[in-house]
Amino acid sequence: MARTVIPFGPQHPVLPEPIHLKLVVEDEIVKEAVPALGYVHRGLEMLVAKRDYHQMIQVCERVCGICSMIHAVCYSQTIEEMMGIEVPKRAQVLRVIWSELHRMHSHLLWLGLFADAFGFEALFMQIWKIRERILDINEATAGNRVIVSVNVIGGVRADLNPEQRDWIESELKIIEKELKEIQSTVLNDYTVKARTVGKGILTYEQAWELGAAGPTLRGSGVKSDMRMLKYGGYKLLDFEPVVETAGDSWARAAVRFREVLQSIDLVRQAIAKIPRGDRDLAAKVKGNPEGEAFMRVEQPRGECVYYIKASGKKNLDRMRIRTPTFANVPPLLAMVPNCELADVPVIVLSIDPCISCTER
Amino acid sequence: MTRDNLVSEVMNMKNEGCRFVTMSTVLTAEDAVDVLYHFEKDFEVTHLRLADQPLAEPVPSISGVYFCAMLAENELRDLFGMRFTGLVLDFNRTLFLDEEVTTVPLVNNCKITPTN
Repeated sequence: MARTVIPFGPQHPVLPEPIHLKLVVEDEIVKEAVPALGYVHRGLEMLVAKRDYHQMIQVCERVCGICSMIHAVCYSQTIEEMMGIEVPKRAQVLRVIWSELHRMHSHLLWLGLFADAFGFEALFMQIWKIRERILDINEATAGNRVIVSVNVIGGVRADLNPEQRDWIESELKIIEKELKEIQSTVLNDYTVKARTVGKGILTYEQAWELGAAGPTLRGSGVKSDMRMLKYGGYKLLDFEPVVETAGDSWARAAVRFREVLQSIDLVRQAIAKIPRGDRDLAAKVKGNPEGEAFMRVEQPRGECVYYIKASGKKNLDRMRIRTPTFANVPPLLAMVPNCELADVPVIVLSIDPCISCTER
Repeated sequence: MTRDNLVSEVMNMKNEGCRFVTMSTVLTAEDAVDVLYHFEKDFEVTHLRLADQPLAEPVPSISGVYFCAMLAENELRDLFGMRFTGLVLDFNRTLFLDEEVTTVPLVNNCKITPTN
């Protein structure tokens, strides 16, 4: 059978952002995939030359809207480590709350798109309806639905009053109930399983060797989640990573679904840990950062890495960001060979690709 | 670490069961960079540093050891104009940039031709 090259993307109904794959196929079977990126590269790392290290928080939040909070947390923690800043406990816990809310709405956004990718429109609408409640919480507590922009170097700029905390807890109860109502559909429905089970398998060894991150790594049985490092407020919380072992598209979806429920638990734990008396939201920051630092945090899509070098000036010398989708592209190239052409959209979506993050 | 023992050092990391995290590059002079290779095992991160690497001289690619490093190496090729020998999938400076781009974004006053 002669080989044919079929372009997949950059514009495709299942892709919210542009990525292009050159698929080498024999008949209907994919033999090889070659990626082509560069459609949304903005050169954000260059902005360290033009924006000072405080302003760079806003730049980092715009690396990716959907996980903006955790980008800002990672950047802030890197600078705080370089400058030896002790972040108040209240701010650490509040960062966890908004981070986990971001993880929840990111995973639900993806679950909806995933359902839409294999034609399950009712599930897509149900999941996005649940997600709206989380965006409402963001808007009510931080003033924005997606880019909440609550981080500053040394802490946060917003607090939660007791009424807001009670309201968040009551909303979480509704979200949890609604999620549990659709749980068996997401995980056991015939349509879902037919399109995901056994599709795009990534073995434990491949996931490790190809540098996979996040649910893509944990869906292959690797117990690795940066929250196990107990950074920031996570050191105060009980946490055990969600792991699945099948390594297929279903396993990656199951990890994300279970992580939404886990995030509800983490937000509840964090609310209970907000200090009653101490109302400090941010430490005072004096001077400029100097030296080198390397920081890792867990974003919805996996491990996010910031490397920063500074020499005591307002502007940083270098900021390097490695996002989780950047790490998950090589594993994707290992998932696609020998799959059917019709399964490619679902497999590509199963890594939850964030191309704005990847290209920055 | 030097260019001569770079690949063997990286191979040692792989034999020890380390996962490749990423690479970073930082300018140390107008025409030289530090290249950092980041690995992890059991949540411990190890950094290898190739110090003061002249941009004009090619660096051995580690993509033969860790295939996933090819994306990071191609990115550095785009943004710093670095060259790598033995890169398993070479986008020739078009991973993020268009073919007609003739400047290197993260190195001041450095111009190159598209075929460089």
